[in-house]
Amino acid sequence: MKRALPATLVVSVAVAVLASLPMWLTNTYYVNVASQVLFWAIFALGLNVLVGYAGLTSLGHAALFAMSAYSAAIVVTAGGGHLLGALAAIVATMTTAALFAVLALRATGIGFLMITLALGQIVWGVAYRWAGLTNGDNGINFNSRPQPFGIDLTSAPAFYYAVLLVFLTAVVSMAVFVHSPFGAAVRGTRDQPRRMTALGYNVWLVRFVAFVVSGFWTAVAGLLFLYYNQFISPQVAALQTSAEALLMVISGGSATILGPIAGAAIVVIMKNVVSAYVERWNMVLGVIFVLIISFMPEGLVPGVGRLVRALWAGRSGVKTNEPAVKPARGAQS
Amino acid sequence: MNLWLVLAINSVTLGGLLFLLSAGFSLIFGLMRIPNLMHGSFFMLGAYLGSAFLNKGLGFWPAALASAASMALLGALVERLLLRRLAGHELAQVLLTLGLSFIVADACLMIWTGDPIQPATPPDLRGSIVTVGLVFPIYRVAILGVAVAMALALWLLIDRTRLGAMIRAGVDDAAIARVVGIKVSQLFTLVYCLGAALAGFAGVVGSPYLSIYPGLDAEMLPLALIVVILGGAGSLPGALLGSFIIGFLYNFGQAKYPDLAYVILFVPMVIVLVVRPQGLFGRVAL
Repeated sequence: MKRALPATLVVSVAVAVLASLPMWLTNTYYVNVASQVLFWAIFALGLNVLVGYAGLTSLGHAALFAMSAYSAAIVVTAGGGHLLGALAAIVATMTTAALFAVLALRATGIGFLMITLALGQIVWGVAYRWAGLTNGDNGINFNSRPQPFGIDLTSAPAFYYAVLLVFLTAVVSMAVFVHSPFGAAVRGTRDQPRRMTALGYNVWLVRFVAFVVSGFWTAVAGLLFLYYNQFISPQVAALQTSAEALLMVISGGSATILGPIAGAAIVVIMKNVVSAYVERWNMVLGVIFVLIISFMPEGLVPGVGRLVRALWAGRSGVKTNEPAVKPARGAQS
Repeated sequence: MNLWLVLAINSVTLGGLLFLLSAGFSLIFGLMRIPNLMHGSFFMLGAYLGSAFLNKGLGFWPAALASAASMALLGALVERLLLRRLAGHELAQVLLTLGLSFIVADACLMIWTGDPIQPATPPDLRGSIVTVGLVFPIYRVAILGVAVAMALALWLLIDRTRLGAMIRAGVDDAAIARVVGIKVSQLFTLVYCLGAALAGFAGVVGSPYLSIYPGLDAEMLPLALIVVILGGAGSLPGALLGSFIIGFLYNFGQAKYPDLAYVILFVPMVIVLVVRPQGLFGRVAL
């Protein structure tokens, strides 16, 4: 394909725009929104490993996201320091992800979704009820951002650059992951689990590893969320957060790298705009969900991408990625 | 001793309510193969509507029935206008019900505000029965009675009528049921309405006990999910047994280990998933 040149160009322009963003967006508010977009995009990319590439729709990822933020908050509040806090967050979240995976992978498709939903609600219940550990509904205040290598991240642009660095790392490693043989195996277990078994792959193990990888990036996003808000409450673990993240993946286009990023931008910007005018974010979230599912199940990026490629190639009907609603059905067989 | 009795009565009450909620959930799941994530919303909206009917001066049971009828109507609209368009795409249907649940939750918050509402226990259900030195509040006994009556009625419907036979055929093999001339798509609407009505009814009946507040939907939905994972999809006996198991675990867990009540709920689910993924009474795995 002759897409290599424009793709490189687009990526360089995008990186240049992102890197220079605090210089032309002088208002701190917008820089903060940009930081939010980036760490939500990391969350969406992590969820996309499971939803898009493995064809397993999880509604329990908010629990992993919150698990990471809570672990770090609890360790740091107890005087453990930021490095230990971050390590504890990653380890605890990946362990939980592994536990979730063992249970949820008893099923695929809809069953998987139900089990992850139930597991997620249990973590929410713990965050809400176990006041001795999590301070219950009041949440945990966390009045410090880490200072990696002595760099102060208190200002909005400084924090933005730190998030951007992590984000670019996430995107690059996601691209490597997707194009690796293992990434191909993950997609194989989504589309043709029985053939993959026949080829000698351990389908269960491939899915398990995909779940844990997804959990890792969710943990990273959860840490950045904590550093940004400097506060964590049970609301973060609620089903609504899982649904928002899933909406990011689906609205942008699952099983693409650009899709979840675009979806995160759309959802975060819309949330900020809507919340500025009315207190009806849940209603708007629900309506977008219903509209996207009903009218554009493939998501924005594959839709637009198909259009662009059709124009580029001068012909229509180029096969694009799987639509968001397809994979789980394939995985059920 | 007294504490244990109170806990046992609460457990049975919650179990009865959970059965009303999860019987419909289980039937919908069995037939349409989708977990109806709006089920908690039907429960909460039904409860709110019931409280509005009560304020209008309607009696307790008429209010519950009126609320159930409203939920059946809403269920019919959702099924015919939205879910039907996505027939065959189960995942899309599930996510659609999830989106609708947010809309309902926010609409309830808009109309009834965030303050909890606790309808009074109906006058003729106040007081308690005293037998052999034990005290049973009439209202709790009534909930159990309603749940048992409903379980019997549902069992008769599913097991003894032509309609029930058609629903069972649809649950077992929708494609073959279609081949022999059963209009499975009409059954979808019917079962969806029935499930919505039962959830709304349960919401009203349970409201003097649970009270009504934002987030009630999100609290009930996982309970229904766990009941169905425990009991097996599409199985009424499974829903019945699962409801009472969860009712007891929830109340006793809450009293003994309040911090971990939610984790305790999760224990039987884990055991069932590991040992018998199709649920206690289910025929097919999730």
